[in-house]
Amino acid sequence: MSRWAGDWCDQEVSLTDAEPILAAARRLGAQQAEVFAVETNETPVRFEANRLKEINSRQTSGAALRVIVHGRIGFASSTKPGDVEQLVTAAVETAPFGPEARLDFPLNTEAPAVEVFDEAVESLPVDEMVEAGQSLIDAIRAIEPELLCDAYIRRGDSRVTIANTNGGMFTYRGTGYSAWVNGTLIRGTDMLFVGDGDASCRAQLDLGAVEASVVSQLENSRQTAEARTGELPVIFTPLGVASALIGPLTIAFSGRMVHQAQSPLVGCLGKEMYDVRVSVWDDATLRYRPGSRPFDDEGVASRRNALIEKGTVRSFLYDLQTAGLAKAESTGSAERSLAAQPSISTTSLVIDDGEMQFEKMVRSVREGLVVEELMGAGQGNVMGGDFSGNVLLGYKIEGGEITGRVKDTMVAGNVHETLKRLVAIGSESRWVGGSVRTPALFFESLTVSAK
Amino acid sequence: MEDMPDRDEIERALRSHDADYVEVRLDDTATNRIVYRGRELEEIGRIRSFGGNVRALVRGGWGFVSFNEPAELRKRVEEAISAAHHVGRETSMLAEVPPVVDSVRLKVKKDPRAIPLATKKEMLDRYNERMLSVEGVTSTNIMYSDSHKQVVFASSEGSYIEQERIDVVSRLSATARKNGDVQQASMSLGALNDFSYIEALDEIARHLGERAVELLSAPYVKAGTYPVVLDPILAGVFCHEAFGHLSESDFVYENERMKEIMVLGRQFGQPHLNIVDGAAVPGLRGSFRYDDEGVPAQETDLIREGILVGRLHSRETAGKMGERVTGNARAIDYRFPPIVRMTNTYIEPGNMSFEELIADIDEGVYARNWFGGTTSMEMFTFSAGEAYMIRNGKVAELLRPVKLTGNLFTTLMNIDALGNDMDFNQGGGCGKGGQMPLPVSNGSPHIRIQDVVVGER
Repeated sequence: MSRWAGDWCDQEVSLTDAEPILAAARRLGAQQAEVFAVETNETPVRFEANRLKEINSRQTSGAALRVIVHGRIGFASSTKPGDVEQLVTAAVETAPFGPEARLDFPLNTEAPAVEVFDEAVESLPVDEMVEAGQSLIDAIRAIEPELLCDAYIRRGDSRVTIANTNGGMFTYRGTGYSAWVNGTLIRGTDMLFVGDGDASCRAQLDLGAVEASVVSQLENSRQTAEARTGELPVIFTPLGVASALIGPLTIAFSGRMVHQAQSPLVGCLGKEMYDVRVSVWDDATLRYRPGSRPFDDEGVASRRNALIEKGTVRSFLYDLQTAGLAKAESTGSAERSLAAQPSISTTSLVIDDGEMQFEKMVRSVREGLVVEELMGAGQGNVMGGDFSGNVLLGYKIEGGEITGRVKDTMVAGNVHETLKRLVAIGSESRWVGGSVRTPALFFESLTVSAK
Repeated sequence: MEDMPDRDEIERALRSHDADYVEVRLDDTATNRIVYRGRELEEIGRIRSFGGNVRALVRGGWGFVSFNEPAELRKRVEEAISAAHHVGRETSMLAEVPPVVDSVRLKVKKDPRAIPLATKKEMLDRYNERMLSVEGVTSTNIMYSDSHKQVVFASSEGSYIEQERIDVVSRLSATARKNGDVQQASMSLGALNDFSYIEALDEIARHLGERAVELLSAPYVKAGTYPVVLDPILAGVFCHEAFGHLSESDFVYENERMKEIMVLGRQFGQPHLNIVDGAAVPGLRGSFRYDDEGVPAQETDLIREGILVGRLHSRETAGKMGERVTGNARAIDYRFPPIVRMTNTYIEPGNMSFEELIADIDEGVYARNWFGGTTSMEMFTFSAGEAYMIRNGKVAELLRPVKLTGNLFTTLMNIDALGNDMDFNQGGGCGKGGQMPLPVSNGSPHIRIQDVVVGER
C-alpha cells in the first residue's frame, strides 16, 4: 500500500473524480483501467395504512474500478469518501485471480441523444409528492372505503460517469419519478391485494390510469369463483405478463447464458421459435423511459435490439466481456451497481401489439382464467423457461364472462413452449413497472392446479 | 471504525433537539465476492460499503436521511427532524427500553479475512471441477462472498452500541442441458463468523452435478393435491413463508382487521405445533446481540401448542399494540430504516422417525431443499430443490422441481406429524420492503402436511 503513497498528495480526492483514480491505477501497474461513478439523490415518501408515514432522503455516491493487469481483470468498489488508495490497491490485488480480459474499454463514440433528464423532477416539492400519494389513495378508497392502502412516491436524480484509460469519457444526468399504490382488503380470513403504479423520467405520471387499473381489479374481485385442476385457456393481462413471463423469457436472451450453454435458445439464432405474431424488442433509446440511457454502464452506445422478430430469434444481449468471450459485439446491455461487475440486462422491454381486444379474448373463453399476478413465478427452473405460481390476483372466466376472483390456484407452463401456442396477442399494450411495455397474451392451454 | 465520527461527535449531534426520538446508525462493510460461470471465473472483487443514517420521530411521523459522507452529522440530524415534522400529526408511541451502552466484538471460529484469496479460489475451483466432471453437466454457477460488517448505533435516549459480524455465503449450482431442456440443481449455504462451514462441500458439489443430469430424465409431478413430507431445510422455508411473515407486527399494528385475524389465543395449528423466533439463539445467520434499534435479542414464542402466543416487534409496533419489545427491528444496511424482520425462525421437533412419517402415505410427495419462497400473508408458495414421489409408504422416483402452495389458515392446521430430527437452513436471504438479502436462518424437523396443492414446475 505504501509503494505509491509518496506520489500521493495529502488532499482528499473524491471518488467521483475519475482522473486521479485512473492515474493511480496506472501507477500500480494496470495496463487499462475504468472508473464507474454514480451520485444519486432520492426522496421516497411512504404512506402506510392510508396515511403519510415517512419522508426519506437518500444521498449515495461511490465508485467502482476495473483494472486489467497482465491480461486479467481486477475489481473493487467503495462508497467511502476519499477511499481512493484502498480502492485502487484492492482492485489491483484481485487482478491476478480475476478472469482473463476479453475486452478493451471503449473509446468515445457517437451515442444517440436520449432524453432522460427533466429539471422539473429535480425541483419537485415534497408537498406535491405527498399530495399525489394522498389523492391516489383517496380516489381508490372512494370506490372501496374499507381498503387499506400503502403508497410509495419517489423522486430521484443521478449522475453516471464512466471514464477509462483509453480516453473514453461518458457522463449523463437522469431523473426519475414514480408512484405505486397497494391496497389490502380483508374480509374474515380472506385477503385481497390490488395495486399498480407508473414511472417516468419526467415529473408527469398518469395517475388516472393507475387509479382506473386498481378500480378494475377491485370490481373483478367482488365475487370469488372456484377454479378446477386441468388444462385451461389462460389470459395474462399486461401486469400478469410482467409478473410471470418476462423473467424466464429474457434470461434466455442473455449472451452469457447462451455462451455458457445455459440458455434453451443455444443454436436458435435466426430460427423461428415462436408464433409469427410475436415480436420483442429491447430499447434503451425511448424518450423519458426509466430504462433509457444514451449509453450503457460500460460506455457503449444505446440502441434498439430485436430479440424476437415475427417469431424468429434475432439477437442475444451482450456486454463487452461476454461479447469478447462469445466473439460477438456488445449490444449496449451492460448494467451495474457499485456492488458488482457489469452484467447483462434488458433496458425497456417492448412486446409488439397484436390484434385482439381484451374484452373479446374474455368473451371467447368458455372456461378459463385471467392472470394479473402470479406469486412466486421467479422460483423454480426460470433458466429453462418455466414459470409457475400461485394466482395472487386472477379471475375465473365462465361462459365468456369474468365471474370472480380465484384463490389457492396455481398456473404453470414453459414460456418458450407457450409462446408457440398463442391464441391471440392483445391490441391494448401498456407500460408495467416503468420498464416493460406489453399487451395481454392469450394462451390456448396451461396447467392449472386448484384445491 | 476508521474515519467515522467518534462517540463524542455522535452524542454531540444528538443533543438538544425538538424531536421525540432521534437515532444515528453508521455502517462500514467490506465484502469479498467471487463468481464463477462454467469454467470461467466471472468476477472477483472487493466491495466497500460505507455510510450512515439518521432517523427522527416527531408526533408519530418519521424522517430518515442516509448518506455516504459522515461529516456534518449535526446537519443530517436537523434534516431528519425537519422531515419528521413534515409527517407527524399524531402521537409518537415507542415502547420503553432501557438505554444500552455496549461494545460487541467478534467471536470468530475461522476468520475468512485471514484466508488468502488464492486459497479461497482453489477451494471454489475444486467445487467447480467436481460439478463439471459429472458427465452431462454443461455449466455451473458459483457465488461466494464473505462480509465483515461493523455497525455503530446511538440514540437520543443514551444508547451507544458497537457491533460487528462476518457473514459467509456460498451458492453452488450445476446445469445440465439436453436438446432444448435445461435443468438445474442448486444449494445455498451460509454461516455466521465461521469460514469452516463451507470448506468441505466437495461431496455436495458432486451430488449437485449428478442431480442436474438426473432431472433431465425425471418426470413432472402430476399437478394436484397430495400429502407432502418436507425435509428440515424446506420445512424451515415453509415456516418462514407460511407463518413467519404473518407474525411481523408491522403488517398488523395499523390494520384493525388483521388484528382480528392475528389475535393472540387463536388456534393456528394442532397442539404438537410450536414455532419460535429469536436472535438470541447463538451462532446462526439470524443471530445478534442487539437489533437496529438497540433492543437486546430475545427468543419469542410465536405458536405454543398450536395457539398464537406472540409476534415480532419494533419499538413502534410494540408501543402501538401495547406489547413487549422482541428485538426484531432490522435494517439491511445504512440506506434503510429498520423494519420488523425475522431472525432465526424454527419449528420445534416432535417424536416421529422419517420412516414413520412416510409409512401411511399411499401417494404423496417428499420435497427437499429449497429454491425459493414467497408469501402474500394469506397464501404462500415455496419451491423445492429436490422432490420424489412417495408410493406405498416408500420414497419412489425423482421428480422435476415442484412448487407447493398453501393457505395460512388451512395449511398450518394440516401439519399432522413432526419428525424427531432438526436442522437449520442458513443459506437464504430474506427480502421485504426493498431490503434484501437480510441474513436469517430457519429450522425445523421433517414435517408432514396433508392436502398441499402441488404445481408441476
